[in-house]
Amino acid sequence: MSNKIDHSMSLANPNAKGVSIKQKIALAIGFIGFFILVLALFNTSFPNQGIFLSLSLVLITVGTVLYANDAYLTKLKGIKNDGVWFTSISSRGVLGWLTGVALTSFYIVLYFYPQLLGQGVDGAPNGGLIGLFDPLSMLLSGRPASQWFVYGTLYTIAIIAFGYKFILKYRHNRYQQLRTISVMFFQLGFAFLIPEFMYVMNADIPYYDLKNMWPLNYYNFDQYRIDAFIKTETIGMAFLAFGILSIFVISPFLTYKYGKRWYCSWVCGCGGLAETAGDAFRQLSSKKMSAWKIERWLIHSVLVFSVIMTMAVIYTYLGYDPAKYWLTKNTFLISVAIFLTLVFAVVMAFKRKELGKDARYGAIGFFVVIIALVAMHFTGTTNEVFLIKAGSLRSAYGLYIGSIFSGVIGTGFYPILGNRAWCRFGCPMASILGFQQRLFSRFRITTNGGQCISCGNCSTYCEMGIDVRSYAQKGQNIVRSSCVGCGICSAVCPRGVLKLENDALEGRINPTEILLGNDVDLMDFVNKK
Amino acid sequence: MEHIVIIGNGISGVTTARHIRKMSDKRITIVSGETDYFFSRTALMYIYMGHMKFEHTQPYEDWFWKKNNIELKKGFVTTVDHTNNQLIFESGETLSYDKLVLAVGSKPNKFGWPGQDLDGVMGMYHKQDLENLEKYAPDNQTCKRAVVVGGGLIGIELAEMLMSRKIPVTFLVRETSFWNGVLPAGESGMINRHIRNHHIDLRLETNLKEIIADENGKAKAVVLQETGEVIECGMVGLTAGVSPNISFLKDAGIELGRGIKVNEYLETNIPNIYAVGDCAEQHQAIGLRRPIEAVWYTGRMMGETLAQTICGNRTAYKPGHWFNSAKFLDIEYQTYGWVFGRPQEYEQQFHWKHEDDTKCITVSYHKDDRKFLGINTFGIRMRHEIFDRWLTEERDVDYVMQHLAEANFDPEFYTTYEKEVLQAFTNQSVTV
Repeated sequence: MSNKIDHSMSLANPNAKGVSIKQKIALAIGFIGFFILVLALFNTSFPNQGIFLSLSLVLITVGTVLYANDAYLTKLKGIKNDGVWFTSISSRGVLGWLTGVALTSFYIVLYFYPQLLGQGVDGAPNGGLIGLFDPLSMLLSGRPASQWFVYGTLYTIAIIAFGYKFILKYRHNRYQQLRTISVMFFQLGFAFLIPEFMYVMNADIPYYDLKNMWPLNYYNFDQYRIDAFIKTETIGMAFLAFGILSIFVISPFLTYKYGKRWYCSWVCGCGGLAETAGDAFRQLSSKKMSAWKIERWLIHSVLVFSVIMTMAVIYTYLGYDPAKYWLTKNTFLISVAIFLTLVFAVVMAFKRKELGKDARYGAIGFFVVIIALVAMHFTGTTNEVFLIKAGSLRSAYGLYIGSIFSGVIGTGFYPILGNRAWCRFGCPMASILGFQQRLFSRFRITTNGGQCISCGNCSTYCEMGIDVRSYAQKGQNIVRSSCVGCGICSAVCPRGVLKLENDALEGRINPTEILLGNDVDLMDFVNKK
Repeated sequence: MEHIVIIGNGISGVTTARHIRKMSDKRITIVSGETDYFFSRTALMYIYMGHMKFEHTQPYEDWFWKKNNIELKKGFVTTVDHTNNQLIFESGETLSYDKLVLAVGSKPNKFGWPGQDLDGVMGMYHKQDLENLEKYAPDNQTCKRAVVVGGGLIGIELAEMLMSRKIPVTFLVRETSFWNGVLPAGESGMINRHIRNHHIDLRLETNLKEIIADENGKAKAVVLQETGEVIECGMVGLTAGVSPNISFLKDAGIELGRGIKVNEYLETNIPNIYAVGDCAEQHQAIGLRRPIEAVWYTGRMMGETLAQTICGNRTAYKPGHWFNSAKFLDIEYQTYGWVFGRPQEYEQQFHWKHEDDTKCITVSYHKDDRKFLGINTFGIRMRHEIFDRWLTEERDVDYVMQHLAEANFDPEFYTTYEKEVLQAFTNQSVTV
């Protein structure tokens, strides 16, 4: 932002109304790129697929870049939310609903009917859209594309192109720029390129996005993967060890130091898409108290479900005989029970007061899991737990949570429920990190004394549906398990009230009745009561 | 049960009500003719700009009032009959009270300009003003140019609002530089340039002579005092300050000045009638404060204080160190302590401005003992708590400049300027 006067722009009418000519051209370029994909979907045979695929992806990217340039670089640096609630796509208007329907349909086809996208069945060559991506897949890993390769490529392009747009939108804010560069890097490198290269090096290693940890990648401890890890020896075992370390050591440590934002807003792919392509929808998340209640039940139920499902899966492939392998069915159950009891006991011992009413819900979750363990012991066989197949539990989780919740609803409903519906209501990883963040983390959003004017920008633009204002107007820090630390509340605050900080645990939660700026004696009198 | 009636559902009235509820189970009724529920007046601009919908400006969900047993009554009070402890509404209804809190806020100033009551001429204070603006200036076809009269905080907000709909704005400011009654020259000059960079037609030292009507009695142009120039426009915003909204009280027997006269306990001359917020006028100004403080924060603080008195703990309104904030287009402004636009005779000011012309600070200190008096900061966020503490501890300016980094409240990874500021401060001290 600079105040150097720009004489090139006329005073009479500095800006055209609505979308500018340049933006229209940019949109046209992007749509031509998109149209190539649509043509491919309808089995158009392109003379040289490689060229047309490149053309398509380049045009989509260039269109987005040109659009963003004209939207933001022509204006002074600052908050760019003018007209958000007047624009159809970002205010649940007709375009918003149509986009929602299109995205949802795409996800349904992607997960359940990939042959409609051209996925070759039973070794048949790919056609349609997936066939168009064969040249790129061959180039990277020497194998034909799959629906997941197509999805991964488009996902990566979306994060990079819209990430560029986001960086321009917040070009006055280095926190926003750095975390966006970070998610772009992790998506392109860790989620997209590295797994392809790993396949080239050793085709037996299962697809492993190293930044993705259990329980977000709920499949990580499936038998086929464990077998593959063991089979590929050093490297596989290293991956397995890293997977376990990630969830039990690395993530609690980083969450303690920086809050769950280190993952949700800086690393995670789901978060990456939400923050870039989904940025236009962040204001659509519900801030109602009722939505918060639903959120807490839903996300913790998913966590309990994922824990039980994973235990059941592992339980069934473990053996009975300790002489063959030390980790038997029973050792496993007992270790899990001991671990969970320890966690539960430590939390209750140190944080019971802070948790208040929530302690009861925590206890319910804990006992459900423990009872499940006992039930597993009495009903478990080599493929059954609770008298049903562990495999069916796993498939149910994969279908309802992994596909429908995280994909179809989580992303398909961006324009309706906001861009973090999955992260907020479903993600079991977010739930674990949130638990750590609420209880054992240095992270908080600090409220700046008595400066809040209750305007509501922070709450409106909170993608996680946190009513930030309700804390800020009480002069209270925001310590919430769901906060992903995107920093947008701080950015949109017109009075400089909010700051994301890491500091001592002491005094992190500071409820006040009377705010700074009033009579000091009155503050003492009321706040210490 | 004692019945507390509060007229006005702005920040002052609502804060009073909330704190009374926390301390007691008295019957509470909030009366408003403006809206059904409390909303943040400071956020009105964001509705017009499309950042938020009206519902987003309401800090409490609709169920909150019932749950906390606070009754809401919509209607305009025309008469306060204190002899019978009764309110009379426009509709003829009446409402009895045991204690009455007047939190009636302000209305935009009009200085008798010809044409000031025409259609298409409005202030920017009430929700109705916003509706009016939406009617006369929905887009740049209906309103090809807007004229904003009065260079204060509301004026610049209104100009920003209109620019967000791409309506060209002519901004008439009486002073030689924007808001220079409050801001020191360096800051005020920087904001002038920032306003012009947003392509707002800023006219300094320019007064409104009259507003001309078209054949339908709607404003169609303004005439300038100094040059006689006629500027055609679709709407005129009058933002030359606000004054207490007390005309309905003139025969009520309550002592009035420019506002409702109150003592330090926020009590009027009539027992059991109190006034808080924009409409209250102190008999004696508190410290360097003005007798009438039309500021969000002071309204809230008065509400916090009065609730104590009403609940039996008679408490004087003794605000702490002065603070305030605003945003001028893209530049945030915060102030802690006292920095005067025209320095007082005992006051020395140090001014630092970043070369990009969007960030600056002014630090005020006592000439003789170098005691730190206050700071204005533009484009750099600072911590309220730290400055409040330094002011209480009566730190000298050298300590404050050395420790400025502790007060920084900018988001992580932002470039910091404390070293540069300290360097400039030290160099200045050497040359003096």
